[in-house]
Amino acid sequence: MKIGTPKELAPGEARVAMTPDSAKQLQKLGYTCAIESGAGKAAGFADAAYEEAGVEIVADAGTLWSGSDIIAKVQPPTPEEAARLTEGKLLISFFWPVQNEELMKQAAEAGASVIAMDMVPRISRAQKMDALSSMANIAGYRAVIEAGNNFGRFFTGQVTAAGKVPPAKVLVVGAGVAGLAAIGTSASLGAMTYAFDVRPEVAEQVESMGAEFVYLDFEEEQTDGSESGGYAKPSSPEFREAQLAKFRELAPEMDIVITTALIPNREAPELWTEDMVKSMKRGSVIVDLAAEKGGNCKLTVKDDKIVTDNGVTIVGYTDFPSRMATQSSTLYATNIRHMMTDLTPEKDGTVNHDMEDDVIRGATVAHAKEVTFPPPPPKTKAIAAAKPKPKEPELTPEEKRAKEVAAFKAQTKQQVTLLSVGAVLLLGVGLVAPASFMQHFIVFVLAVFVGFQVIWNVSHSLHTPLMAVTNAISSIIILGALMQIGSGSAIVVILAALSVFMTGINIFGGFLVTRRMLAMFQKS
Amino acid sequence: MEFGFTTAAYVVAAVLFILSLGGLSGQESAKRAVWYGIVGMALAVFATLIGPGSGLWWLSVILIAAGGVIGVYVAKKVEMTGMPQLVAAMHSLVGLAAVLVGYNAHFTMKMVARAQEAGTEVHGTFAELVAHKTAVELNILSVELFLGIFIGAVTFTGSVIAYGKLAGKVTSAAKKLPGGHMLNLTAAIVSVVCLFWYVATGGFLPLFIMTLASLFIGYHLIMGIGGADMPVVVSMLNSYSGWAAAAIGFSLGNDLLIVVGALVGSSGAILSYIMCKAMNRSFISVILGGFGGSAGPAQEVEGEQVAIDVDGVANALEEADSVIIVPGYGMAVAQAQNNVAELTRKLRGQGKEVRFAIHPVAGRLPGHMNVLLAEAKVPYDIVLEMDEINEDFPDTDVVIVIGSNDIVNPAAQDDPNSPIAGMPVLEVWKAKNVFVSKRGQGTGYSGIENPLFFKDNTRMYYGDAKQSIGDLLNKLG
Repeated sequence: MKIGTPKELAPGEARVAMTPDSAKQLQKLGYTCAIESGAGKAAGFADAAYEEAGVEIVADAGTLWSGSDIIAKVQPPTPEEAARLTEGKLLISFFWPVQNEELMKQAAEAGASVIAMDMVPRISRAQKMDALSSMANIAGYRAVIEAGNNFGRFFTGQVTAAGKVPPAKVLVVGAGVAGLAAIGTSASLGAMTYAFDVRPEVAEQVESMGAEFVYLDFEEEQTDGSESGGYAKPSSPEFREAQLAKFRELAPEMDIVITTALIPNREAPELWTEDMVKSMKRGSVIVDLAAEKGGNCKLTVKDDKIVTDNGVTIVGYTDFPSRMATQSSTLYATNIRHMMTDLTPEKDGTVNHDMEDDVIRGATVAHAKEVTFPPPPPKTKAIAAAKPKPKEPELTPEEKRAKEVAAFKAQTKQQVTLLSVGAVLLLGVGLVAPASFMQHFIVFVLAVFVGFQVIWNVSHSLHTPLMAVTNAISSIIILGALMQIGSGSAIVVILAALSVFMTGINIFGGFLVTRRMLAMFQKS
Repeated sequence: MEFGFTTAAYVVAAVLFILSLGGLSGQESAKRAVWYGIVGMALAVFATLIGPGSGLWWLSVILIAAGGVIGVYVAKKVEMTGMPQLVAAMHSLVGLAAVLVGYNAHFTMKMVARAQEAGTEVHGTFAELVAHKTAVELNILSVELFLGIFIGAVTFTGSVIAYGKLAGKVTSAAKKLPGGHMLNLTAAIVSVVCLFWYVATGGFLPLFIMTLASLFIGYHLIMGIGGADMPVVVSMLNSYSGWAAAAIGFSLGNDLLIVVGALVGSSGAILSYIMCKAMNRSFISVILGGFGGSAGPAQEVEGEQVAIDVDGVANALEEADSVIIVPGYGMAVAQAQNNVAELTRKLRGQGKEVRFAIHPVAGRLPGHMNVLLAEAKVPYDIVLEMDEINEDFPDTDVVIVIGSNDIVNPAAQDDPNSPIAGMPVLEVWKAKNVFVSKRGQGTGYSGIENPLFFKDNTRMYYGDAKQSIGDLLNKLG
């Protein structure tokens, strides 16, 4: 079958769904590849490079669409392109099925199949085709670069001969894929990076990227992000208030704010209010990655950059991935290629559209003349539910003191009880047992006691030698046999002789093995 | 005079034995400590040989020498990986010796009784001792030797089975006869009945029936315990062999036997306790065998195991500054310790920080991994315990897990339904990269799925551990 990639028609879209590298991989799966002439130009891939990779260059879009069985592209099809989706064709692209319901119906009626790259379920197995994540990663990186471009100072603090430069303070709101990428980029540029997310369980990830997590002073049963497939959910009004109050407190200090807060299929929540923008320093930069969905800051103008009256730059671009077309095309093409790999289990160049497969089923929005959106919930949960960790309440010094005293008392009580029970038992035995037994019994009890005291100090690494040596010395039972071997009875002599023989093996074997082992322990 | 000398020698020997165990608190003092043990043993045997009542001393010397030859041969030949089997096999000898000595005590008692009836004199220290005993003392003596034989017999068959399991000659899965613990209970009850019977009549039959019952208990108890619990079993048998010696010591009226038996017994008991704690299981649940049924469905493990080849591991190691190696039983099975040690030397030569993290129950014997690494000449000061190193994982670039599974299973912390929930584990998944050297996709000894293998920062490096690490060595060049 033939995979074709047309030129993107959306204005400003520089990405392309196939790169020379991905084409080579696709050919290994048994497909032939075609590309519209000039489709990769904006992303830095010349026709010649494609030709070299064995890709057929097609002059115009019409021929490409009619000649290909599978169309791989980036943006959802335009009405004109949708008309070219005929029976039996498979389209793989971003589709946004909620916004493009009509388009989806049209494709289904025409009998074409559509795999929406934005609908790939968020499970571990599907990460390699999760184009949203790979694009978000780029957006997060680019957001920092864009902010730096509009910010008049260094990110990192420096002490130079020409004076001291304070480090920039960056706040990243929303620690999803884009947020984490932004955190990582900003931290590696040397800025003091802070991050906030409504899901407290991401704090660890945030800290691992080198940022400080901004905790809210707020008591609520925090929602578990795992219930919604790893995405954030709307929060309660009280929580929102606490969150905004925290942001208000931070706003005057921050030089750069990057907001990435999105809730699936909803308008972006307003997190950075007008008064926060007003309280920011002149020259500060806000990059609103949620501009597409109305923005986390209401002053954001979609696809544009504005400067407020108090000199704060607000960047509302929505095409960050496209601004790094080479990188994003490479990643997107790889995501497509992984999708094709899953669609081609036999590697024979034919698509096996397995609707039983969680990932393929989830991403397919039109198949066999039917609209297959929304998909049923996947059989496997996105991420394991995090167990709520009970928090140890902080103890005051008095409480600690009281606790220690109580523990000491309990310990004393326990020891005294043990001792008295032991003493009573011993006395009880003493009452019935004859003196000769008691003599031995005292020795026994003392030896056990000494044994416990001594063994606790044995270091863990020497437990095997300890066992070997105790094994050797437990052969002390040989004494019993030696005392009996002189007895008159034949059977006693035989049994005793056997015992002596066996324990003889044990004594020599045990000690020798112990020595061998100990000799091996060496200091560096 | 002679008797006084023997007792004095026993006191010295007892002190030497205590010092010998106490010396094991450090690697350096341990080398001296083992000599204390040897001297103590030599002194005790010598004093007994020249002491009162020992006849046939030439036979004794010949037998000790013969046994010694075998002992030396075995000790020289044994592979360090075979240490668990050897220790188990040796326990069985002590157990059997305790049984035989116990029977001898019984025969002597009978002989003395007969001689007293006939009005003739008896010879031998022990016989004379028995002859002077009162009726109550004789009853106590019966109980003591009965106990000695009982514990000795359990130790004997238990150790034989433990040996078989460790050496792979008996299936390591937990197996029970139909009836399960009821059989053990029945055998135990039979033994108790025999005890009363024996004390009342002094006959041979109850003693013999009890021996059979206790041999069965030893066999069946250990058969019912799975391979993963072997460290506890071996230390438990170690403890038993001590108690058996102590019980025999009581019946023979020999203080040195009592002291040493008690030392060994308590040592084994403490080891068992430490092992159980390391697995977060109660002693009873280990003894009663098998991993208990989980309280609910285990957490679904989602994701895939991503394999990696030798180049990938080599690259990651080249870039790493700090490396922690987590060895397990698989390393012992594959005999990979020398390659691992070579890898360590190479990486340390390149200025990287390499350390080992040892879980208390790694391997099949307490401290098993330490011994293997020491054999391969890994310096012991970079071999660390779980508690010492667990906090360092988040700052570590690469963790290499070699042949361990359950001891690095995050389910122990995350999944309350997991059979190993609550068991302390090495938190390797907190490191930046984790490579798991493993033969195939199977589960560990306990048969529990390991979510570690599915984590994003985990890569599976499949293959025989020795071979894999060898390839890695070549790559690192």
